[in-house]
Amino acid sequence: MPSWPTNPKYISGDTRRIDGPEKVSGRARYSSDIQADGWLYGMILRSKWPAAQITSINLEPALKIPGIKAAITVQDGERMVRFYGEELAAVAGTTKQACLDALLAIEVVAKPSPLFVVNETEGKAPDAPKVWENASNVDASSPREQGNVDTAFGECAAVIEGFYTTPVQLHNPMETHGSTASWTDNGLTSWASTQGISSVRDGLAGALKLDHSQVRDITEYMGGGFGSKFGPGVHGVLAARLSQAAKAPVRLMLTRFDEALAVGNRPSSFQKIKLGALADGTLHAFEFDNYGTAGIGAGAATGGGGSGVVLPAPYIYKAPNTRVTQASVAINAGPACAFRAPSHPPASFGMESAMDDLAAKLGMDPLELRLKNDSNEVRQREYKLGAERFGWAAKYKKPGSSPGIVKTGVGCAGAAWGAGGPSRRTQGEAQINPDGSIEFRLGVQDLGTGTRTVIAVVAAEMLGLKPDQITVKVGDTNYPPGPGSGGSTTCASISPTVYDICTKALDQLQTQSGITDARGDNWFAACKKLGVSPLVVNGNWIEGLSTKPAYGVQFAEVDVDTETGLVTVKKVVAVHDCGLIVDKLTTESQINGGVIMGLGYALYEERVMDDLSGVVLNPNFETYKLSGIADVPDIDVILVNMPERGVIGIGEPATVPTAAALGNAVANAIGVRVGSLPITPAKVLAALGKVPPVEKT
Amino acid sequence: MKKPEPEKFGAHSRRTFLKSLGTVAATAATAQVESVAAELEQANAEKVIGPNAVPVTLKVNGKFLKLMLEPRVTLLDALRNYSSLTGAKEGCDRASCGACTVMLDDLPIYSCQKLAIEAQGHEITTIEGLAQNGKLTNVQQAFVDKDALMCGYCTPGFVMSVTALLKKNPSPTTDDVKHACAGNLCRCGTQPRILEAALAAAGVAVNRTTKTEVIDYA
Repeated sequence: MPSWPTNPKYISGDTRRIDGPEKVSGRARYSSDIQADGWLYGMILRSKWPAAQITSINLEPALKIPGIKAAITVQDGERMVRFYGEELAAVAGTTKQACLDALLAIEVVAKPSPLFVVNETEGKAPDAPKVWENASNVDASSPREQGNVDTAFGECAAVIEGFYTTPVQLHNPMETHGSTASWTDNGLTSWASTQGISSVRDGLAGALKLDHSQVRDITEYMGGGFGSKFGPGVHGVLAARLSQAAKAPVRLMLTRFDEALAVGNRPSSFQKIKLGALADGTLHAFEFDNYGTAGIGAGAATGGGGSGVVLPAPYIYKAPNTRVTQASVAINAGPACAFRAPSHPPASFGMESAMDDLAAKLGMDPLELRLKNDSNEVRQREYKLGAERFGWAAKYKKPGSSPGIVKTGVGCAGAAWGAGGPSRRTQGEAQINPDGSIEFRLGVQDLGTGTRTVIAVVAAEMLGLKPDQITVKVGDTNYPPGPGSGGSTTCASISPTVYDICTKALDQLQTQSGITDARGDNWFAACKKLGVSPLVVNGNWIEGLSTKPAYGVQFAEVDVDTETGLVTVKKVVAVHDCGLIVDKLTTESQINGGVIMGLGYALYEERVMDDLSGVVLNPNFETYKLSGIADVPDIDVILVNMPERGVIGIGEPATVPTAAALGNAVANAIGVRVGSLPITPAKVLAALGKVPPVEKT
Repeated sequence: MKKPEPEKFGAHSRRTFLKSLGTVAATAATAQVESVAAELEQANAEKVIGPNAVPVTLKVNGKFLKLMLEPRVTLLDALRNYSSLTGAKEGCDRASCGACTVMLDDLPIYSCQKLAIEAQGHEITTIEGLAQNGKLTNVQQAFVDKDALMCGYCTPGFVMSVTALLKKNPSPTTDDVKHACAGNLCRCGTQPRILEAALAAAGVAVNRTTKTEVIDYA
C-alpha cells in the first residue's frame, strides 16, 4: 500500500499560494477577462412574469439595432415560463449599449398568468396555484419511523418543541456566471467561469449535438462558485449558439441582478422539531417535520430533494425513537442547486438549536448534552480542544443571565461531511524536461481553494524539489480528465494522483538515467540523461492515500444589544479535521471562509420574494447583505491533524456549524430563542417582546 | 476621534457665508438675464460631446491611453473592454462590491461609477500599475504571504483600497483598515487575512490576529 512521507518537508507546512502573485498583480486572466479576437457582448432577455404562456417572440426589431450581430430565442414556438427571470432570448452585439437597446426592442407576446406562488408555505396548500401543470407542488417523502415515538415522548424527563426556519440563500460569487464562447469550423471553445470544466465540455456537447472532442473548455482563473457553477448552464449554451449565429466569439457574463434569479440557491427549510431526553440527558425521542423549496426544481414534477431540501435528521445525533417527515415544495422561483455542504447548514441549525433548547429545559450545560449524545470520537476530542481554547467553562452562563443592555452569550455546534470522497477517475500527467523543469497537467480547476498549490506541494515533497520549481497547469479539458470541484473532493482526488505520477516518474527516471534515486540533489543530473526527449508520465488516483468523512465543531461568542437588536460576533473558535493537511496556510483560509459564509447565513443573508409580483426584491449587494470586513470576528482555527487517514477535503464542513453556534450564542445571551435565520435586529427585538413579531410572509 | 478645532469651525461663520452669497447675488443682479442665458447656452453647446465615440485620453499607470469612446462608457469599461487592463474586476457595476477599485490620483474610487471622460487629466493607477519590473509592492507581497486571497476576484480591489490607505496613513490601526475596506466585498472569506496583510505591509504590530494551531490526533 502507498503511504504519505512520515517527516514531510512541505506537506502540512505553510506554502504560499503559488498563483498568489498572478492574482494580486492583475495578471491572472479570469473567464470574464477573456478578450477573444473580434469578441461581441452577449446578453439575455428574461421573463418579467413569474408565470406566463409565451405565444411568440419577435427578434426582428432587435436585429435592426446598429451593432447587433445575432439574436436567438431559447426555445421556438409556444412555451411556458415558470419564474421571474427565466431565459427567453439572447442577443450579441458590438457594444453593451447596443445589446441593452436590443433587449428592449424584442417583442414578446405573452399571456401572463395570475396563478403563481412564490412562498413555500402558501405553495404547499392544496388549493395553491400549480407550478407544474400536472403535478402537485408538494413532493412528500413517506414518513420514516423507528421505535415508538408517541410512547417514547411520555417516557422523557424533558421535551421541547421548536420551529426553526432557514431562508433561501444566494451563492453570489464575486465573479458572476458566464463565459466566452467561440464556435468555428474547428469546433467550440468555451472559457467558462466554472468549477467543473469537464461538466461544461460534456454539457455543451450534449446540448449542441457536438462530439466531446469538438468542444474544449479553458478556465485558468474563475471567481468563486460555491456549488453553483457546474455545467454550462442555460447562459453557456446561449453564448455558444450566439457565437455560431454571429460567427464571432461572444462573451456572455450575467449581471449581478441575474445572479439572484436563475443560477441556483440554497433551499429554505421550515423545521418543526420535537425532542425529548431522559433525565440524564440521553436523547430518547425525536419528531421532525420539515418542508422547504428549491424553486421550480422541487415538488412532485421534479422529484425534488436533490438540491438539499431533504435534510439529514436528527443530523449528527441518534435517538432510539424517531419520526421524520419531509416535503419539497415547488414555487415560481429559480431552481436551487448545490450550495457548499448541501442540506447540512440548515440541518445543523435546526437540530443544534433544538439541542440547546433541550439543554436549557434539562438545566444542563449544552456542551455536556452534546458530549453525552454525540457518539463520534473525533468530534468528542474536538469539543474538548475547542472548549479549552474558547474558555467555555468560564464563559458559559445560564441562558439570559448576562446582565446589562448589551448581553453576551456563547454557543457551540458540530458538523459532519461525508458526502464527497475522492474521485477515483482522476488522472494527470507530468512532463519532465531534460533541463529539469517539470510541468503537471491535470484537467481540474481552481475555484479559489488552492488547487495549483496542492499539486505543487505534493509534487515537491515527492520529488525532493521546492514547490516553486513545479509548474502547474489546470483548467483545460485538453488535459487528462479530473473531477469537478464539488463535495470537498478535489484535494483528496488530486493529491493521490500527483503521488502516483511522481512515483512513476521517479521509476522511469531511474530506468532511463541509471541514477538510483533521482530526487532532490540528483534531480537535474537524472533529467539531463533524458537527452533530447522530455519524459511524459501519466498517473491516476490510487487507493490508500485519501478518505472521508470530515467532522468539526465550532464555538461562538456574541454580543446582543437588547435595545437595537444588533448582534455582534466577537469570537469564533473553529476546530476541524481533514486527515492529512496538505497545505496549512490554504486550509486555514478555507476554514475562515466557511465561518464567514456561515456568519452571513446566520445574520444577514436571505433572498426576499414579493408575493404579489413574484419578483426577487433584493437582487443586489445593497439589499442582499454579505459579511463585510467589520462584521468578521476573531477566528481561532484549530486543525486536528490525522495524517494516518490520508487526505480529506475541508471546504464544506467548515461552513456547516457556524450559523447553529451563533444562533445558540444569541439564545444564550438573551434567554429566548430566535428560531429564524437570518437573525436580524427586528427578529431579536420581536423575540424580546419589544416590538410586534415580524410577520413572515 | 479628533475633535474639530473651534477656530476653523468659526471660519465658516454665518456672517462669512452670507457675505460670499451676497457677492454672487449681486453679480447676478447686475447682469442682464437674457445675456446670461445665451452665454450659458453657448458654453454648454461647446461642452456637449457625443453621443458618438469621441477621443479620450487617459493616463493609466503613467502611460497615455488614447481611446475612442462613447461618452457614456465608464472608466471600468474603458479599462477592461477597450484596452487590455482587465485587472480591475466587474462584480456588480453599481458601486456596491469594490472589485473595480482603482486610484484616481491618490484616491481609491469605484471605476464603475466614473465615466472615462471624467477621468481625463488624472493619474489613474490600476492593479497592473503597482508592481514595478515584476516586483510586487509591500501590500501585494503581504497579501501573498498572509494568504489574503482565495479565488482572487475581489483581490485587486482590496489591494487598491489598502494601497490607497497606506499612502494616506502609513501606520493604520485595525479600525482604519476596516474603514478603508468597508467598500469592498469578498465572498470567499479572506477578510481576517486582508486585515493582517494590510497591517503587515504597514509594518504595524498586529494586535488582533487569528490564532491557528495544529494538534496531532494520534
